[in-house]
Amino acid sequence: MRDVKTSKTYKDRAKVAANKPAALGEDIDLSTYVSSAEEQPYQADPSQLPAEAKEQMLGAGIILDDVDRRSGTFIQMDNVSVHSSTRQEGIEVMPVGQALEKYDWMADYWWRAVAVDTDKYTANVELSQHDGYFIRALPGYKTILPVQACLYLSKVRLAQNVHNIIIAEENSEMHIITGCTTASREEPGLHLGVSEFYIKRGAKVTFTMIHSWNPEVAVRPRTVAIVEENGLLLSNYVLMKPVHSLQMYPAARCVGENAKVRYNSILMAAKGSSLDVGSRVILGAKGAGAEIVSRAITTGGNIIARGYIEGSAPEVKGHLECRGLILHGKGTIHAIPELKGNLAGVDLSHEAAVGKIAEEEVEYLMARGLSRTEATATIVRGFLRVDIEGLPPMLSAELQRAVEASEKDLM
Amino acid sequence: MLKIKNLAVAVGDKEILHDVSLTIRRGETHVLFGPNGSGKTTLLATIMGFPKYRVIRGSISFKGKDITGLSLDERARFGIGMSFQRPPVVRGVETRDMVAACLKEPESEETINKLASRTNLADFLHREINYGFSGGEIKRSEMMQLMAQKPELALLDEPESGVDLENIALIGKLINELLEKDCLIVNRKCMGLIITHTGHILDYVNARTGYVMCDGVIGCEGDPHEILAVVREKGYEECIRCLMKRRGMMSRPEVNKEVP
Repeated sequence: MRDVKTSKTYKDRAKVAANKPAALGEDIDLSTYVSSAEEQPYQADPSQLPAEAKEQMLGAGIILDDVDRRSGTFIQMDNVSVHSSTRQEGIEVMPVGQALEKYDWMADYWWRAVAVDTDKYTANVELSQHDGYFIRALPGYKTILPVQACLYLSKVRLAQNVHNIIIAEENSEMHIITGCTTASREEPGLHLGVSEFYIKRGAKVTFTMIHSWNPEVAVRPRTVAIVEENGLLLSNYVLMKPVHSLQMYPAARCVGENAKVRYNSILMAAKGSSLDVGSRVILGAKGAGAEIVSRAITTGGNIIARGYIEGSAPEVKGHLECRGLILHGKGTIHAIPELKGNLAGVDLSHEAAVGKIAEEEVEYLMARGLSRTEATATIVRGFLRVDIEGLPPMLSAELQRAVEASEKDLM
Repeated sequence: MLKIKNLAVAVGDKEILHDVSLTIRRGETHVLFGPNGSGKTTLLATIMGFPKYRVIRGSISFKGKDITGLSLDERARFGIGMSFQRPPVVRGVETRDMVAACLKEPESEETINKLASRTNLADFLHREINYGFSGGEIKRSEMMQLMAQKPELALLDEPESGVDLENIALIGKLINELLEKDCLIVNRKCMGLIITHTGHILDYVNARTGYVMCDGVIGCEGDPHEILAVVREKGYEECIRCLMKRRGMMSRPEVNKEVP
């Protein structure tokens, strides 16, 4: 499929790491999953995809019936890309395999942010990978409408192996919505997704990922972003549906002066769900900044909410905010905020809180005439409202919709 | 009419209010004075219906209905509203959401914006309620919510505490609007009960009756300005002394009686 010159080296390194357990999260036995899937026909018109798949995708923010609202679309079903298109100049969207064939320079981006031998999951992606997406904004192009990418898992017991490359060339700006979902049934599956972001000088990327799995699916994304001088990554993650086991700890490395990163995560764990999710930022250049905000709600599942900011350059600033709400049931939220400063002059702070809804707040709203249920719902909605500076109103509305769609599951 | 008869209230195992009676007619404003910890807030919170405050004797009736058994939100919908002395911060819930929740009429941007401008809070509608608000901002936000709710009985807990002079004048004006002071008493729909420790609010709001609450009982009732003059001259110590003296002469109120 591809011809990256150094691919032999990567394959060798992957083979060595094929059984290397991950640093965090429950170990998944990869041998219980299959990696091959049937060919899927290419769909020139994505609105012609089966209605059931489209509905599931819509729940993850992927709109196929009104593509005018998107500047580009990529859809992968199981391990095969079935559609890719762009509707706007300056944006490239294609299967990553095609990009590897088209561009010699892809070797400069392939496994350069994420190490292939990080753990057995990254190794498995290298050894069994079939596809993934390539999204690139050309230098100086700024798009308002988002590019959407969907990774859809339908075959039972499939290990979906995906390797994505996102490049924002100098002074470009783009918005990406990624929706990951499954066919509407409760069958086991595994999603392994490697994503490498390259945000060049002065470029701005907002990346909004909506996960909508089922209670039997295990998920292990591996993501690293490299942000250059004056670059900005605004990454939003929403998980409001049950999942069996999800562990991810995406990282951003600010390598250029004044690079800025903000991670927002909204997590919900139903009974039976086990989440170990965090965001990590290395502030490695003067004036770099990071903000990590997470909101975790459990209705009976377990959540480890991590955050890590490391300051190792002058005049860097980072703040981490991690709040958890135990709504009902016997769920656990374990907040682990970490800060590391390596020289004088770094400014890092965090706040973390885990608890139940304060009765005083419920009564305050009831004194205005809301019933107890209405008051609780208002407080939960407020808890999940994360003001995302710089996010276009349309994306903000879509994010809010993804959250609100699941609110009834919480009550 | 609000009619409180021989009310005794406990918090946990401790009886806080003993044998409190008062009556407020439609259109009237009454003021409750008293030292800190005398039970003023307990009385307001009990009328509002906060579950922590347990009525152990007596009754509260409003608009001819015994409301002693109604829940907090039922009372709010029945026409009782309260401004809090120290309301909680509710993260993520905007001031605008609170005003919208209070509105009886269908939510309209215009109504909300008008209320915000009248209370000088136009820039606060999209801020999280009470988060980082100053003393004056909290009081104005409480007034804005009450003005949206349009209660028939407004319970105001220390509306002037922690507020600078300029804001007291505005809050006084808002209270007068809420209590329809520009109408004849017979034409007003709303009545008010205001807690004040210092009495400053009386410089801006007229009231018909004042009470002094000490140690969970209403020690005296009379013209609020006369009461305030005594309190300003001699302090609440005088009220307590007076109450103790009368207790010595009369049968002692049921203080420290065991809670059933």
